[in-house]
Amino acid sequence: MSSDLDAGGTGSPSGAGDRRREPIAAVPVRRWGQWVSAAVVVLLVAALGYSVAINDNLQWSAVGDNLTEPTVLRGLWVTVQLTVLAMVAGIVLGVVVAVMRLSANPVLSTVSWFYIWLFRGTPVLVQLLLWFNLALFFPTLGAGPLSVDTNDLIKPFVAALLALALNEAAYMAEVVRAGILAVDEGQTEAAHALGMSQGQTMRRIVLPQAMRVIIPPTGNETITMLKTTSLVLVVGAGDLLTRTSAIAAREFTTIEMLLVASVWYLVLTSVASYGQYHLERRFARGTSAGAQASVGRRILANLRPGRVEGGVR
Amino acid sequence: MTGAMVRSEDVHKSFGHVHVLKGIDLEVAPRDVFCLVGPSGSGKSTFLRCINHLEKVDAGRLYVDGRLVGYREVGDKLYELREKEVAAHRRDIGMVFQRFNLFGHMTALENVMEAPVRVRREPKAVVRDRAEKLLDRVGLAAKSGSYPAQLSGGQQQRVAIARALAMEPKLMLFDEPTSALDPELVGEVLDVMRDLAASGMTMIVVTHEMGFAREVGDALVFMDDGIVVEAGHPRDVLSNPQHARTRSFLSKVL
Repeated sequence: MSSDLDAGGTGSPSGAGDRRREPIAAVPVRRWGQWVSAAVVVLLVAALGYSVAINDNLQWSAVGDNLTEPTVLRGLWVTVQLTVLAMVAGIVLGVVVAVMRLSANPVLSTVSWFYIWLFRGTPVLVQLLLWFNLALFFPTLGAGPLSVDTNDLIKPFVAALLALALNEAAYMAEVVRAGILAVDEGQTEAAHALGMSQGQTMRRIVLPQAMRVIIPPTGNETITMLKTTSLVLVVGAGDLLTRTSAIAAREFTTIEMLLVASVWYLVLTSVASYGQYHLERRFARGTSAGAQASVGRRILANLRPGRVEGGVR
Repeated sequence: MTGAMVRSEDVHKSFGHVHVLKGIDLEVAPRDVFCLVGPSGSGKSTFLRCINHLEKVDAGRLYVDGRLVGYREVGDKLYELREKEVAAHRRDIGMVFQRFNLFGHMTALENVMEAPVRVRREPKAVVRDRAEKLLDRVGLAAKSGSYPAQLSGGQQQRVAIARALAMEPKLMLFDEPTSALDPELVGEVLDVMRDLAASGMTMIVVTHEMGFAREVGDALVFMDDGIVVEAGHPRDVLSNPQHARTRSFLSKVL
C-alpha cells in the first residue's frame, strides 16, 4: 500500500499491489525422526498393555464389577463433598487471610503471616492426624454448660474437612494475594478519590479484577484437592479410596480396587479440568486469551505430528 | 480563612530523603481555573495529590473550603483523621488521573454510577438518570454500555471526568489529563474541560497544555524543584515571565 514511499526498497513485499501471488505449494520438511519415535512409543505401550491385559494375577471382572458398586459410589460422593466443601471454605478463608496479609494493620498482617507459615509449613497428612486425634489433648471443647465431648464433634469426616480446608486456605491466601497485587494501583487510588472506603474498594473494585489472575491457579488447586482427599484414608473418613481399600482387603483384590479408584479419580479430574477451561475463558473475556481454540481442537492439534502451534497454554 | 477554595500554607512533603515540596503557599479562588505548570519532578502532581489526601502533608497546613485536609486541629495539637472522615472529605473533590484509571470490569455507565450509589447511597434510578446526562454532556451517550478497554484514550478520559462529576464535587483536580493521549485525542478532552470551566467549576489543572492555560486559566503557578517560582495571570506569566527558570522552561515547551 505504501509502495510510493519505499519505491526502490529492497525486497519489500508491499510493492506488489498489482500482481497476485500464487499460494506457496512447497514440499514440507520431512520429520522422519518423529515417525520412528512414534512407532517405538506405540510398540512399547502396546506391549505393556498386552502384558497387563493377559495377566493372570489381575481379575478384570473385579474391576468392571466394582466400578459402579454402591459402596464405591458412596465413597465417590464423599470425595466430591470433601473436595467442594474444603475448596469453598478454603477460598473464603483464603480471601480473608490474603486481605489481612496486605492490611496496613500490623496485628492483622502478622497473624496472617503466622497462619500461612504454620499451615503451609507442615504436611497436610500431619495436620489431618492432629485434627483426628484432637481428643487426646482436648477431651472436651467449649466451656461450662456449652462444652461437648471432642469425639462427638470431630468425627472422621469433620476432622478431614477441617484439615483440608484450613490447609487449603493457606495456599489460597497466597493465590489471592498475588491476584490482588496484580491489580493496578491506580484502581485503588481512583476509588479512594471518589470517597470509597478501604472495604468498598477491595470488594467492589480490586477483588473483581483480581479474579482473572486468581481463577487459573484456583482450578489447579481444586484438581490437586480432588487427589489430596485420598489422604483421609488414614482417618477412615469414608472417601473413595477408603471404600475401595476396604473392599480390596476383604476380597484380596488390591490392584483391581486401586484401578477402580484410579478410574474414578481420572474421571473427576477430567471433569474439573473441563470446568476450569470454561471458567478461564469466561473470565478472560475482552483479552487475547479469550480467543483460544476449543479443548478438542487443541488436543487434536497436539496429537498431529509436526505441529507446534496451538499447544496447551 | 477567607473564601478561598484551596489554601496552602507552607506545605512540605518528602518521600524518604527526597524533599519534594519545600513550602508551597498559594490560594485558589472559587470558580477559578487554576493551572499548575512546571518540569517533571517539580512536585506539581504531588501537591495536587495532597489536596485530596492521597499523599500526607508532612508540614504546613492545607485547607479545602475552610477545612483542614487530613487532620483535626484542637488547640495547637493535630489529630489524624479516621479513614471514614478522610473519605467524607474526598467525596466533595473530584479527581481525574493521567492514566484515566477507569474501573476495567465496569461499563462506562457503571463507572459513573458506582460512587453515587455506593458512597452517597443514592437510589439507583436517580443516579442512572444523572449518569446518562453526564455521559451525554461529555459526548459519550452512545458509549454508556462500553467497557474501558473498548474506548479510545480520549473517550476513557471523558468518562473519567463524568465519573468524577457524578459526585457533584465543589472542586475538580486534573493530574495531567491529556499527557497519556495521542495528539489527535487531546482536543476532545480539553473541550470537555473548557465546557466545565465555563459552568463555573473550580478546577486545579496540572498540565503541559499552555494554550489551554492561556485561554481558560484564571491563575497560573510555575513550580520548579518543590517551590512556587512564579504566579500570576496565565497571560502575564506565559508571555512575560519574570524569572530565568520560568523563561527557560517556557522556551522548551512553547
